[in-house]
Amino acid sequence: MLEYQNLFTRVQVRTAPDPGLPIDETFGQRYGTGVFNYWAGKLGDAQIGPIYLGFWGIVSLLFGFLAFEIIGLNMMKSVGWSPVEFIRQLPWLALEPPSPEYGLQILPPLAKGGWYLIAGFFLTFSILCWWIRTYTRARALGMGTHLAWAFGAAIFLYLSFFFQPLLIGSWSEMVPFGLLAHLDWTSAFSIRYGNLYYNPFHALSIVFLYGSVLLFAMHAATILAVSRLGGEREIEQITDRGTAAERSALFWRWTMGWNATMESIHRWAWWFASLVGFTGGIGILLTGTVVDNWYLWAVKHGVAPAYPAQNVLTPEQLEALRGQYPSRLDNGFPTYIVPAPTTMTDSLAAPVDSAAALTAPATPAPGGTP
Amino acid sequence: MAMLSFEKKYRVRGGTLLGGDLFDFWFGPFYVGFFGVTTIFCTLLGTLLIIYGAAIGPTWNLWQINIAPPDLKYGLGLAPLAEGGLWQMITFCAVGAFLSWALRQAEISRKLGMGMHIPWAYGMAVFAYITLVVIRPVLLGAWGHGFPYGIFSHLDWVSNVGYQYLHFHYNPAHMIAITFFFTTTLALAMHGSLILSVTNPKKGEPVKTSEHENVFFRDFLGYSIGAIGIHRLGLFLALNAGLWSAICIVISGPFWTKGWPEWWGWWLNLPIWR
Repeated sequence: MLEYQNLFTRVQVRTAPDPGLPIDETFGQRYGTGVFNYWAGKLGDAQIGPIYLGFWGIVSLLFGFLAFEIIGLNMMKSVGWSPVEFIRQLPWLALEPPSPEYGLQILPPLAKGGWYLIAGFFLTFSILCWWIRTYTRARALGMGTHLAWAFGAAIFLYLSFFFQPLLIGSWSEMVPFGLLAHLDWTSAFSIRYGNLYYNPFHALSIVFLYGSVLLFAMHAATILAVSRLGGEREIEQITDRGTAAERSALFWRWTMGWNATMESIHRWAWWFASLVGFTGGIGILLTGTVVDNWYLWAVKHGVAPAYPAQNVLTPEQLEALRGQYPSRLDNGFPTYIVPAPTTMTDSLAAPVDSAAALTAPATPAPGGTP
Repeated sequence: MAMLSFEKKYRVRGGTLLGGDLFDFWFGPFYVGFFGVTTIFCTLLGTLLIIYGAAIGPTWNLWQINIAPPDLKYGLGLAPLAEGGLWQMITFCAVGAFLSWALRQAEISRKLGMGMHIPWAYGMAVFAYITLVVIRPVLLGAWGHGFPYGIFSHLDWVSNVGYQYLHFHYNPAHMIAITFFFTTTLALAMHGSLILSVTNPKKGEPVKTSEHENVFFRDFLGYSIGAIGIHRLGLFLALNAGLWSAICIVISGPFWTKGWPEWWGWWLNLPIWR
């Protein structure tokens, strides 16, 4: 059974590091000459470096560093600048977005969300500069720009966490910077909008996420299984089909009646991975803007069963579930008006903000009479 | 004949694990083999049982059809058909079909002179499934802890079981599993993109080489793991996604019964902070 499985490299070759194909180094250059690492060589290529850094790469790293520092220093401040407490509480620390009363104010006070918006802006700018690298580095070598557009799908998902709060009308909806804090946000966001499991685009995104893992397991295992025949040389197998490609194809044809080709499996890979971000982003953008409660949405469309008894809501409670922000216009862009301060009532099974809005009819509820 | 142009020379006898030459033939594009027969038997029986379960259930709505596991009161015993017995039989069929499928992959790998990576990799997914519907229910003492078979009912199960532990995101093994899922997808996007961008270069350019692959990622990130390395990494990441998924659910209940946020207390109370 334990014949040649090619899980690790047994013999490593050492020669001069590969300096890389010549490129135009007007606006940036390669740094380092490359070093060899034995343990990297056990799994893959032993050579580390050189790395190209040009204008956009340096700008990206700079702004990424600034965002990282703003987040870290705010966390430090939250534990009274104690290094020990910083490490101890690090998983719980966070830089939180502005609270709801600031709505979409451009720059709230620094300590009350201002730093958050600045860090978010820097991080976004850094990511967009890094995207330019994915494009220009491919073009510098005369290659296609597929990686740039796949990265674009991930950036679309990232940006949807900015545009959804913008559509809702409150920065407070944004994702906090913090390890456990962003997980808390994920659960709170899901519950607030009636459980995201009922969001069909969330479901699609998970399908593509699991599908990507399945595809990579299938593809990687297939290639390793034919590596005895040079299957990992995929470019050669695509342009001039060899027995490795033929056996990989026949394996799946005989197993499931159908097969991809050495090239098309990478198209499947590209689409599955890219659609994780793309469908996920759509799911986020629809939440709270078009659909206020995904469970009720699913019941309405016959997708989920209506659970009896415990979910019989009064019209007032149903209205409270329509959304967190009470001043949503019937037919317009949602706006946010600070609800009048009031005492909480725990008699309503409704989100806190909506409950507050219910007992404070100071602002007429425009969404109240659909 | 549904044969590819190069297929005929690969269709040779031998490589079977069981049954000798008896089932060593093809049906259309499919290889049959002994385990093909057991696969189709288990799959057909299981699917018919699901359809039967839907027929005696309250709805034909595809989204809402639900085959629920037995009530907890049946423990690890057999339940009446309509009260979870179907779920037990379907689970048995599913495990049989999945294991047959893995062994069939092993036979086909042998026939084609390939390594055993694919059946082992698939075995990890089967292991995760068995953890969910057999190992964890047995550890907890009731088949009722398995998840229901239905499109939205299984999502409800995931949601409900998650909140039983207050906040499942705090489960450390769940964190690791999700990290592996996202990392696998990232690596898949990078690998798929790279191969496509080399074989579909800038207009007017010839197809690029493996040297371009390496130089692109060295320029971009400072390291290129290489053609064989990316497939080792991809398999490692994908299998760990499955492995840690299995771990994160099997420790919830059998080995940790409180809320997962509470688990983190050990970190806050380490003696090194004093």
